[in-house]
Amino acid sequence: MTGNGPAVVTLPTDTQILITREFDAPCHLVYRAWTTPELIKRWWAGDRGEVTSVEVDLRPGGRWRYVMTANGGFEVAFHGQYHEVVPGERLVSTEVFEGMPDAAAVTTTKFTERDSHTTLSILVQHQTRENRDAHVNSGMEGGMQESLSHLEKVARALVSAE
Amino acid sequence: MARAATTTDAFNAVAEPRRRQILNAVATGERSVSDLIAQLGMPQPLVSKHLRVLREVGLVAARDEGRLRLYRLNGFALKPIYDWVKDFENLWSDRFARMDVVLTELKQATPVTTKDGDNSDGGNGDDG
Repeated sequence: MTGNGPAVVTLPTDTQILITREFDAPCHLVYRAWTTPELIKRWWAGDRGEVTSVEVDLRPGGRWRYVMTANGGFEVAFHGQYHEVVPGERLVSTEVFEGMPDAAAVTTTKFTERDSHTTLSILVQHQTRENRDAHVNSGMEGGMQESLSHLEKVARALVSAE
Repeated sequence: MARAATTTDAFNAVAEPRRRQILNAVATGERSVSDLIAQLGMPQPLVSKHLRVLREVGLVAARDEGRLRLYRLNGFALKPIYDWVKDFENLWSDRFARMDVVLTELKQATPVTTKDGDNSDGGNGDDG
């Protein structure tokens, strides 16, 4: 089976996080889902809340900011600036969690297409191991709040798309 | 996540690059101290020091065979680290599962309906 699998997260060095995933879709569509505010709103919060605001100024020097309200009611926001924008291929941007404003990371996102499938890889480079570890820890915050309701939503969307 | 001292916590034990080298070496089979010295090019006192830390946190186990002490990886002690990354991985798996839904719709060229009820696709225009 290709696509639709889990994310694969590895820690290549003490200061990096690498996230990879294959999608059953061509590159230009994955790039579009990744960079279009209306579409980002539908996936970025995962199961952990609702995305309330997405700003994307997709050009070198342009800024981005994502905000979500987590299921616990608190607000979580990230922002950064694009350094490189190669449509359908590669994005390099900074990324700052607004709860930890001193811990800026540089994120390199690559889109590689093969046989109408796209491999997405996200390399997050932190300045220190402590910052990297805090970033990985952020995955634990909402973990307990997840439920099966997400599966129902996915199923419903698939049916309505037919 | 609270971190304990190096000698009691697997997270800090694997934070040291040379200890990770030792773990990689013993992960592929039992090794003696002299094997590790030869394989990793580290001086004996350093190998012994790192092995001691790894044994104290349970990442490495040892047994004696004749006059040789052989060291091996205890994979179960890595589980807390695996679990730690797993939570972060789950967040991304959830995001990607939602992207799959979005992509299914994009592939079928159905209008993308946002929460506001309009049919905008964001006007990115990169794919015509």
